[in-house]
Amino acid sequence: MMVKDVLVAFAIGGGLCALAQLVLDLTRTNPAYVMVLFVSLGSVASGLGLYEKLAQLAGAGAVVPLPGFGHALTSGMLEGAAREGFLGLLKGGLEATSMGLTVAILFGYLFSILFNPKG
Amino acid sequence: MGDGGLSRKLGKQTVRYLNPPVILASATVVGPREGAGPLGSQFDVVKEDHTLGEKTWEKAERRMLEEACALVLRKARLRFQDVDLFLAGDLLNQIISANYAARTLGIPFLGIYGACSTLTEALALGGMLVDGGFAGRLLLTSSSHYMSAERQYRYPTEFATQRPPTAQWTVTGAGAILLGIGTSGVAVTSATVGKVIDAGMSDPNDMGSAMAPAAAEVIYQHFCDTGADPTSYDVIVTGDLGKVGSELLHRLLAERNLDLRDRHLDCGVAIYSDQQDPHAGGSGCACIAVVFAGPLLRRLEVGRYNRMLLVATGALFSPVTWKQGESIPCIAHAVAVERREG
Repeated sequence: MMVKDVLVAFAIGGGLCALAQLVLDLTRTNPAYVMVLFVSLGSVASGLGLYEKLAQLAGAGAVVPLPGFGHALTSGMLEGAAREGFLGLLKGGLEATSMGLTVAILFGYLFSILFNPKG
Repeated sequence: MGDGGLSRKLGKQTVRYLNPPVILASATVVGPREGAGPLGSQFDVVKEDHTLGEKTWEKAERRMLEEACALVLRKARLRFQDVDLFLAGDLLNQIISANYAARTLGIPFLGIYGACSTLTEALALGGMLVDGGFAGRLLLTSSSHYMSAERQYRYPTEFATQRPPTAQWTVTGAGAILLGIGTSGVAVTSATVGKVIDAGMSDPNDMGSAMAPAAAEVIYQHFCDTGADPTSYDVIVTGDLGKVGSELLHRLLAERNLDLRDRHLDCGVAIYSDQQDPHAGGSGCACIAVVFAGPLLRRLEVGRYNRMLLVATGALFSPVTWKQGESIPCIAHAVAVERREG
């Protein structure tokens, strides 16, 4: 059972990444656009109720890649709206993603101190 | 007064020097990757560390440039005061490498920008200044650094974005040439100043294809203006078209019944080996500067080549215009150099 979960997570997570790589290679775009596109896709799919099903199936394979962030934003906003109405809609997105964002900022800062980037 | 009054003008875009200036000395400083390449042993100084122990990439690039300037003067047994003008350019915003080097050198300074065509722009202008009697000795340089150029034009290298196969690797290095009045040695005989050509390309990861049409145009114009053909030169050198751009250049010239494949050398292709995985080849202001001021000039001096056409191409875009979706305008200048026995 455990092995099957891992394989499904790998296949779906890897499939999402492969899709992003194809967009990057086959169109004249750049990484920033691909990032925004995939977060938006995840957000829309979440709003339509599709991404939650994918997340249940693939676990980290669906939550870790970029669309997972879009999913977290949308589901957080919907939860906030259900709880507190309009104000909750505004707060919910960042509440649901606060850990990911904080970790990104924290580690970004930590590594900039450790490795002193020059770029 | 028509063209008849212009004794040095040839055809539409070419200048022929009546008193051709000669290259009095040259110096090259390169980074470790260039030093490990096929031409590595033919550069004057190879740095082991691409930071040169400096805190920023800009300082590292500037140090290489200043070292190349000091070395070229040492080779010519001259001091900075003996040089009339310093013509320099690089790839960074406001050509800061050249500006800061000029601050250190204290030579009257004219900053120029032609992106990777800067070396031939400097040679063409330098030739005019010497031939016209405006300067006796000129210091010409161009420099680039892989790390500073990536940040300037694409992404900071720490971002670790993927490089497509058409991408080129900016050469880390600086080339310095001392041009002046003389009778023997390698002389600059004519220069064809290019027009800005925009073939509508907009991918900063495929500069070779963007620049090839400008190179084809200026080579064709040079032959029209001077009456020369590819066989008039032992070698026709392009700056940094790379593999992708070189193939396009051959195709574009074939449409005009010109074939220079048997005598074409692209500095971007020559500077790295395939094992170094440079993708489409080297690029940058320093690419043709170090390959010409080092290996190619030696080959002219020893007579392996007698006549050389140098064609450096430059992509004249900025990161801002690229993000605004504009295409990449390009330029190329051609300069003829030849060996003269004293």
